[in-house]
Amino acid sequence: MSEAILDVENLNKSFGALRVTDDVSLQVMPGELHAIIGPNGAGKTTLLHQVSGLLASDGGTVRFGGEDITGLPMHARVHRGIARTFQITSILPGFTALENVALAVQGRSGSSFRFFGIASREQALNDEAASLLDLVGLAARADLGAGTLSHGEKRALEIAIALATKPRLLLLDEPLAGMGHEESNKVIEILRSLKGRYAIVLIEHDMDAVFALADRVTVLSYGRVIASGDPAVVRSSPEVRAAYLGDEAA
Amino acid sequence: MSDLVSSASTSDVPATPRLRGTVALLVPAAIFLAFALAPLLVHAGLDPFYLSIVVRIMIFAIAAVSLDLILGFGGLVSFGHAAFLGIGAYAVGILASHGAGDAFLQLPVALFASAVFAFLTGWISLRTKGVHFIMITLAFAQMAYFMMTSLSAYGGDDGMTLWTRSTVAGSKVLGDTTAFYYACLGALILSYAICRCLVVSRFGRVLRGAKENAVRMEAIGFDPFRFRLVAYVVSGMICGLAGFLLANHTEYVSPAYMAWQRSGELLIMVILGGLGTLHGAIIGATAFLFLEEWLAGFTEHWRIVFGPLLVLVAIFMERGILGAVTRRRR
Repeated sequence: MSEAILDVENLNKSFGALRVTDDVSLQVMPGELHAIIGPNGAGKTTLLHQVSGLLASDGGTVRFGGEDITGLPMHARVHRGIARTFQITSILPGFTALENVALAVQGRSGSSFRFFGIASREQALNDEAASLLDLVGLAARADLGAGTLSHGEKRALEIAIALATKPRLLLLDEPLAGMGHEESNKVIEILRSLKGRYAIVLIEHDMDAVFALADRVTVLSYGRVIASGDPAVVRSSPEVRAAYLGDEAA
Repeated sequence: MSDLVSSASTSDVPATPRLRGTVALLVPAAIFLAFALAPLLVHAGLDPFYLSIVVRIMIFAIAAVSLDLILGFGGLVSFGHAAFLGIGAYAVGILASHGAGDAFLQLPVALFASAVFAFLTGWISLRTKGVHFIMITLAFAQMAYFMMTSLSAYGGDDGMTLWTRSTVAGSKVLGDTTAFYYACLGALILSYAICRCLVVSRFGRVLRGAKENAVRMEAIGFDPFRFRLVAYVVSGMICGLAGFLLANHTEYVSPAYMAWQRSGELLIMVILGGLGTLHGAIIGATAFLFLEEWLAGFTEHWRIVFGPLLVLVAIFMERGILGAVTRRRR
């Protein structure tokens, strides 16, 4: 078996007396889609914040590609190949869809301490951004203000922004949240097209999507890993059923 | 606070300057043409006193443009920008008092001192956000203010009178009213061009992005702090240039140049004209100083009228004078 690209060991995080991440360890292999599920408040998003560097950890280590990145801020982790989306869509609403992606391309193509020249007319950045918009089905929306896009389109745009950083690991925080059936199918198609090409950590409540896409599933409850492994095995684990799947699986 | 600022200015102002098209170039061109032609009115019989007001307007317009660079495009509400006016002015006053009266020395010193002050205070204050940033910039400016009021060697509270304007390579060219007028106009156009160039550049795009959503910028690999710090230093230097000109214009240097009221006035100018447009800051400075001059002509209690007027502008012209005008045109 090849080396894990992401190796989280004994990670901890507390807010006051509340242990939100309690001794969590997990690995993600290159090209693997690793889903994290668990009831609301289980600490899934906090864990993703710690892996992406948005939140500092109280203890434990995060290794990426063999390097200890526990102390690095988010922007430094991006340059090493970790990109993420947020549970609440995070885009630049006043910029066009194209510029949202072009900025992310700019982030890894040469210095951004350039004070001359018009950034929005840099063809190389725009071309790459356009092809990524095309990939997520937003080619026709390129010149619209990102804030005017529909909810589903914004989620897709955020995925394109994340891809523009050329990540090796994608962290997706509930990409299907708040979507109708049709929109959600579109995003599932996008995820399917990414599967295998990127290592992906997917937090998602939509169980059909999780079990259709995931290579491995980890279940969190009250900040602890209560089960991890093959989706079919996790699904039938009595502990998981009790903690989470409950009535749904019964 | 930065959220408040961005929601007011990004709701319908496109973040991409290109989208505003040629109109965006016509307005500043018209403004600069008007400034360039104003001295001709004196030949047509206008009281030269008004030209002196226009010079004052142009100088404060430079300071307002520099503030708009960080406020309108970076979302940084600096309540201490007048400190740079004072630093630029004192560079002239202090050097002149030691017999160094040439602009070729004074101007670099003014710019360098402004840059150092901006770097040191920015390095600390830019780690805070919102109201805290406002307070800390105010505090730094007041520190500079009280330092100068207590420096009796350089006039202390009373300020210092300059016996002559700065020479330029030994020549007294700035002593000529018309030459000084066009020097100020040149400085204004240059400052505007630098800021305009910055905001559309790669650098400016990151700065604007960080104003809209700093977390998103970090999530695509940018450290907003570094970009804000550079913008803050550039802005401080441009405002220092305004201070250099202000000292030469009034031939007087006073701690009052960096008092917090002055910083407040600069904020009002930018917001009055229209945030995040650069030329809006020029319009704001013009409107503010003209109103002040005009109302002061009626009564010494002109602030009683001026205050409510600003309240009305805040309520009815959310995007400033420029915003109100362009909205009507559409």
